[in-house]
Amino acid sequence: MNKKIAALKAAFPHTIPILMGFLFLGIAFGILLSSKGYTLGWALLMSIFIFAGSMQFVAIDLLTQSFNPINAFFLTLLVNARHLFYGISMLSKYRNTGKKKAYLIFGLIDESFSILCSTEPPAGVDRGWFMFFVTLFNHIYWVAASAMGALLGSLFTFNSQGIEFVMTALFIVIFINQWKSQKNHIPALTGLGVSLSCLIILGPNDFIIPSMILILLVLSLFRKNIEKEVAP
Amino acid sequence: MTLTFSQALITIMLIALGTLITRALPFLLFPENKKTPEYIQYLGKVLPYAVIGLLVIYCLKSVTVLSAPYGLPEAIAILCVVLLHLWKKNTLLSIGAGTLIYMVLVQKVF
Repeated sequence: MNKKIAALKAAFPHTIPILMGFLFLGIAFGILLSSKGYTLGWALLMSIFIFAGSMQFVAIDLLTQSFNPINAFFLTLLVNARHLFYGISMLSKYRNTGKKKAYLIFGLIDESFSILCSTEPPAGVDRGWFMFFVTLFNHIYWVAASAMGALLGSLFTFNSQGIEFVMTALFIVIFINQWKSQKNHIPALTGLGVSLSCLIILGPNDFIIPSMILILLVLSLFRKNIEKEVAP
Repeated sequence: MTLTFSQALITIMLIALGTLITRALPFLLFPENKKTPEYIQYLGKVLPYAVIGLLVIYCLKSVTVLSAPYGLPEAIAILCVVLLHLWKKNTLLSIGAGTLIYMVLVQKVF
């Protein structure tokens, strides 16, 4: 029991920035979702079981279009494909975490990854429980904030036209942060350029899957050039 | 609600399943004692950058460029987000202010 409490205390401070971020994004998610007629129960369901910020914003979009489950499933795989690479990076860290491993994998969101890939628990604190509590705190913040947003959205009626821009702004900010962290901009520019070209040629409904395939192709073809320049 | 109750439920469950697959697959494909192929490691390094570029374009897919308001609200709001973020380097401020500016633009100006 003491082992768990020590891990909980060590984990909490690392999650405070995430708490601030999730309060804002989660509330925005809840308000946006309820503005489309999906109330508290739906927000809880999505935030508990999907637990993927950017995909949940995309999901709102899907829930307001005509029913197309196959499209929703494959779009999820594509939008969340980056998790594959978080997983690959965490293969060794999640080793020997026992029963907690399943939950750690389920909760491997961008924010948990960003903390866990760069942080080691203090000496004497169990690593498995530390990672478990970082993930759990993030999960609780996300569910609570979405619920607050959904409640706010259904209690007060206000003109929320344009609030969906929160998703655009989020991705632009992530894009800038990534841009500044890297010397080699070929991957970022490939993503932007290929998608924009596909959007112009194929139109808004059919461009995602071709874009993803083309991005993979370009990055694979120019692997030698890109690897030479990407800092290890 | 655009969808029926069961349609929305199915959509959400498939999104949850798809998300779980992307998180669990590496742990299933590359068990604890095997080395990850170099090509996969390479993709792990470069794909996150490309995917965010794709998501930026995804968000802007429905912008009307060829007729009024010619994508102006988006262009102005994006410019504000970029400048504010380069200046203050505060993620929440950039997102919050950018969204507010966009909401004012589409509700009151355009």
